[in-house]
Parts: sequence; structure tokens; C-alpha cells
Amino acid sequence: MLDLMSGFVAELRNAGLPVSLTENLDAMEAIKQIPLEDREAFKWALGATLVKNAAHWRAFETVFEVYFSLRGPEYALKDDEDAGDFWREMQEQMRQGEGKGGAGGMDSLTQEELMNLLMRALMDGDQAMMRALAKQAVQRFAGMEPGRPVGGTYYLYRTLRNLDLDNMMSKIEQAKSNDGQEPLEDLERRLENDEMQHRIEKFKQEIEAEIRRRLVADRGAEAMAKTLRKPLPEDVEFMHASRDEMQSLKKALYPLTRKLAARLARKRRHGRKGPLDFRNTVRHSLNYGGVPAEPKFKYPRPAKPELMVVADISGSVAAFARFTLMLVYAIQGQFSKVRSFVFIDGLDEVTEYFKATEDITEAIHRVNTEADVVWVDGHSDYGHAFEVFWERYGKDVGPKTTVLLLGDARNNYHAAQSWVVREMRHRARHVYWLNPEPRSYWNTGDSIVGEYGSHTDGVHECRNLRQLEAFVEKLA
Amino acid sequence: MGNRFDSVQAVRDGLKRVNYLADDGIASVAFLADRLGKPVLVEGPAGTGKTQLAKSIADITGARLIRLQCYEGLDESKALYEWNYKKQLLRIQVDKNNDTWSEVHDDIFSEEFLLTRPLLEAIRADQPVVLLIDEVDRVEVETEALLLEILSEYQVSIPELGTITATQIPLVFLTSNNTRELSEALKRRCLYLHVDYPDMDREKEIVLAKVEGITDHLADQIARIVRSIRQLDLKKAPSVSETIDWARTLMLLGIEHIDAEQAKETLHILLKYQTDIAKAAKELSSDK
Repeated sequence: MLDLMSGFVAELRNAGLPVSLTENLDAMEAIKQIPLEDREAFKWALGATLVKNAAHWRAFETVFEVYFSLRGPEYALKDDEDAGDFWREMQEQMRQGEGKGGAGGMDSLTQEELMNLLMRALMDGDQAMMRALAKQAVQRFAGMEPGRPVGGTYYLYRTLRNLDLDNMMSKIEQAKSNDGQEPLEDLERRLENDEMQHRIEKFKQEIEAEIRRRLVADRGAEAMAKTLRKPLPEDVEFMHASRDEMQSLKKALYPLTRKLAARLARKRRHGRKGPLDFRNTVRHSLNYGGVPAEPKFKYPRPAKPELMVVADISGSVAAFARFTLMLVYAIQGQFSKVRSFVFIDGLDEVTEYFKATEDITEAIHRVNTEADVVWVDGHSDYGHAFEVFWERYGKDVGPKTTVLLLGDARNNYHAAQSWVVREMRHRARHVYWLNPEPRSYWNTGDSIVGEYGSHTDGVHECRNLRQLEAFVEKLA
Repeated sequence: MGNRFDSVQAVRDGLKRVNYLADDGIASVAFLADRLGKPVLVEGPAGTGKTQLAKSIADITGARLIRLQCYEGLDESKALYEWNYKKQLLRIQVDKNNDTWSEVHDDIFSEEFLLTRPLLEAIRADQPVVLLIDEVDRVEVETEALLLEILSEYQVSIPELGTITATQIPLVFLTSNNTRELSEALKRRCLYLHVDYPDMDREKEIVLAKVEGITDHLADQIARIVRSIRQLDLKKAPSVSETIDWARTLMLLGIEHIDAEQAKETLHILLKYQTDIAKAAKELSSDK
């Protein structure tokens, strides 16, 4: 157990969770108090002592599953014969749990029958049946072979393609009307749909878990944990985020902006003490019979900066621009004024989109669809975009303005026009460049971030939320 | 010191008796907090029953609930203890001539002149106590340090008196709305519990337990609608307490079965932003 635990904690640390020595000891203490048979309680005991951040919970769950949930004897499938036993056993269990007997001999079902079974299970919300079907589906469709060096996603894809879950919804609806149920009113139907979607989602997770289970049995926990390791939301790189990761990024963004805004507001209020406030001191001295016993000070009120965001939204860096805009607008109360511009090879102001609606996501959507950013061919041209910016809006750049330039500075070998940035810096309070590329890629190929960067107050690497947050905090 | 709970299940049943429906996580962590004698840091969105958890635990263990509401500018004279200097002044003035200086000095720094504040009170109490430190994320990072001694050692050091150690180990709950990252030092000393919105079945049970006379059908419908709404991309998703408010409203209106029109008219109880309401109304009425 001790070995297992130390391996587990090491893997958590590898996944990026900060687990301290005392927390490790606490976890040991905690699991002594919990009966080992109670998996749920065991998991929560470890979670409560080792994971101190809700965003890390998913990473923890994955590691936990690999290390503990899959270790039971029932998962030890070494060869096909074993697997056969395992199936029979499972079906036995299922039949007992079910009491229906209709699901027996699943191996011999045709695909058609299997699909029908699945549909019924989804419609009735039958958990046990869904789990059994997930196992069956993986066994049948994934085509898993021991020692085959492919990732879990490949198997998942194969299984899902065969199951054709996307069409399941409409099939279910059809089946319902065939059953002679009266058509539902709108609201009911919508709720019903949500319910089904939820169940299908659950079924997918069931399949995923099943695939992981088998992979762990095949390759061992340590190797598996390594391949399953996913970056924490704040470490996901903007430029290479998958769709799922984008979702989790979006979720992480909102609490982050709230924290950031609270922190900035606090910072502004609790500046260092300023010079004596004579008026206020005299006013308070009246409480003490005219003795200025309680000196009052003027608190410095640092002016809120004015912000101009100029963002490249061409394909490669679009995600980064989107997140930065979202972040900036979510905390726009911390700035006296925010204006935003987007460009590819042409440039357009998009401030209005954000003013028109409270909903940032919708504004971003409008930026992506409506902004007029293509001038010639729709390939990034920083030089031209900057020129246009300077010509149209240069006069608005003043000594209170902070300009943020967002992009990878991959200029497709167009003219750099870096004089614009130099002029900007003369006139503005600060000019910063944020680059979503890793530092080692800068100035390779057509990247000319160095040329622009020499005229700014600093070029910052912003590959993930963590770096972006750190920069924005410094800015306001 | 005896254990308050026998098993995780016992916690769960106990909480259920006082109408608090705990899931596995909540029950397990509460159980561990008792066994390990460690404070629990409860984090999660507003209105998911974090404060209620502490109250309910106090309820089932028959303990007194001592609550410290945190806010910006909280300091030790409001959280820990304070010397009652007015009383001290009186004491000095009453018999100016009789006592020697050292006697007076010893006298005015005795427990008689100590005003206990929630934290000190919690560890000095003879009866069992549940200490609730509410919205701990509102105090400044520096003030957090005040809590550290009491959370790990259950003692308070007063320079003039020495160290006061706990007569019994209180159950401590800290709640946080996560408006800022709490310090590592604080987190390390606590068990961590993240309370999220309940899943549909649990929410339905909560509605059934909290709203008297509600029908199973209506509760089911409410839980399902709320889940659908939470899936939308909203500024502020409806909390459990808002769900309950909504259920009560529907009961008062005498509605047995919600249709789209009624749902739209009462949405403002669930959602507090105009844009959110508009969005949800649109979603509920469209049939896709």
C-alpha cells in the first residue's frame, strides 16, 4: 500500500499538482480512518487531503482511476481466456442485477440488436445496462490488441464511429412516437432532449473508462498514467489547445477574471500611505478636543490606465487573441477605457461590439464573423495593419495609453514597418508585445518579433492562462 | 475525546435528519474532519449550501455554532481577543493608593479583563463547538496568518497571559467563494472540499425535502429545468437556494405543472441578470 501511495503521489506531482510532504502524511492518516472497501470514501479521503484546488480535480480523478479503481482482481485480464471468463462473470452479474434476463448472451447479438438494446437502456436511464453495453461495445468495436502502441483516443474513435451515437437522438425520438406516446409540448420535449443528451454523454464516459481500464490492464498503471497525463487548465497552451481543452480553458477563465478583478481593486485601494491630509486631520481632531491625535493621510489614487489592444486574429493565433480580449473585457472596470482592434492584413476597430452587448462570448463571435480584417489575401501582414492603425487611430494614442500588441509576428515576409511601433512608444505610456509562441521559436522563419520588440517596453511570452494572468496583473 | 461519528454513513443519515442532503464527498470529508481533527475548507459557487453544512453539522452533533464572518479589515481584536481597556482603567482608578504597581499590573492583565472574540471563544468553550469561519477569502492575505495557529494547534498565544490551548477540539469549517487564491499555508492545514451544484437527482431530493407539500412531479420538472438552464453559458448560474425559492414561488402560485410560458414569467427568481434571463427564455421556448 505504501508503495502504491508513493507512486500515486509522485504521479500527481508529475501531473503538475503541488502536493506537499505534510499533505502526503495527512493522506496516509486519512486512509487509515476509512474502510478500504468503500471506494468512494477512499477517493474523497485522498482528494480532500491532496487536492486543494477545484480545477485540479479532474487530473486527480484520472490518476486515481488509473492507480486504484482499476486494480481490483476483476480487471486483471491477461489473455483472451481470462477475458472470456470475465465476460461471462459480468453478464452473470448483470443478469442478477437486472432480473430481466433479456440481456443474456450478449456476445451472440447482432449489431442491430445491440443498438436496439442501447436505445432502450438510454430511454429507460438504466445504469447497469449502459455499463454492460459500454463494455460490450468496446470489446466488439475497438479492436484492441495487447501491446499495440496506439493511444486510447484511437480506440475511442473506433468504438464511437461504430455506435453512431449522433443518430441515436433522432432514433430515440422516432421510437417514442412509434410507442404511441402523445407528442410532448415544447418545454417538455426540450427537457427530454437534455436528459437524453446527458445520458449519451454518460455512456461515452463509460466507454472511455472501459478503454482506459483495458489499457491499464495491458500496459500497467505507471505507463498508462504517463500517456493520460493532461496539462492543468492554466497550463494548456493557447496555440495547441484541443476542443475539450478550449472548453476547460473557458471555464477556468471566468473565476480567474473574478479573482483578478478583486485583487486589482484591492491593490488600488491599499496603496502605500501618502502625504498628510491636513483638512481631514483637523476634522478628526474635533473628536479629541482639537488635539490632532489621529493624523490622516492622503491615499494615492493611481490613475487607471487606458488600454488599446491590437490583436492579430489570423488562424494560428486566433485562440490566443480571443482569450486575451475576453480577459481584458472581463476586467475592464480596472481600466479607464478599453479600445480594441483586430487585424489580419487589414485592420478594424471592434470596440463597439463589446459595448453593444454585455455578453463577451457573443461579442467575440461578432469579432470573428463581422470585423473587416482582410485587405488583400488574408495572410498576416503586420506592417500594413500597423500602418493603417497609425494613420487612422494614431492621434488617439496619448501619454495615458497603454498599447498591447498581440501576435506571433509571423509577417509572411512583408515589410515590417517597425517605425510605427517606435512612434507609438514615443507617444504612449507603454507598449507591450504579447507572443503566444514559445520563446525558442521567436525570430525563426518569418517571425520578426525581435525587430518589433526592440521598440517596445517588453515582449512577453504568453503561452497559457498562467502567464497571461501574471502579465495582466502587472499591467493594471 | 470520543468520536462524533461512527461511519461515513452515520454522517449522511444524521445530515439527512436535519434536511441536509449530503453527497458522498460531503459526508466523507465531514467524517474525516472529525477523525483527524482537522479543519475543512469548503469552496464552491455561491448558494450551494456551504454555510448550511456547518450549521447542520452543529445541529446533529448538538454543538454550539460559533461564527466568524470575515470581511476586509478584520483584525485580531475582532477575531481573537481584546483587552477591555475601559474596565482596566476603572480598576486602576478604583483603589489608587492601596495596591502596589505589580499587583495592579498582574490584576488588569487577567482573564477578567479579557474580551473573547469568536476564535478564542471556540477553543475555550467547555461544550462541544462547531466553529464556522465564513467567507475566509474576504480577508487580506496577511490576516490569514491570524488563523494559522488556531487551525493547526488549536491554541491562541496571548503575550500577557501565555498560551491558551483548547479544552476540546472544535470542528472547524472555513468557507470560501473563491474570489482569490488562499495562501498555501492555510490550504495545507485544511481538508479541502469542493461543493458544486448538485446533480439532478440530488437537487430534486433537496427540493422535496425543503419545500413542503410539493408534488414529486413538480420537483422533478424543476430539477430538470434548472439543470438545462445551468448548461447554458450564463453570467451567474442559478444556485440551489434560488432553485428552492423558485419552487416555493411556484407552490404559492398554485402551479402543478410548468409550461414554457409560466417558466418564462418566473425566470427572474432563478436568474439575476437581464441578459441571462433573455437567453434562458429564448432557449426554453425554442423547441430544439
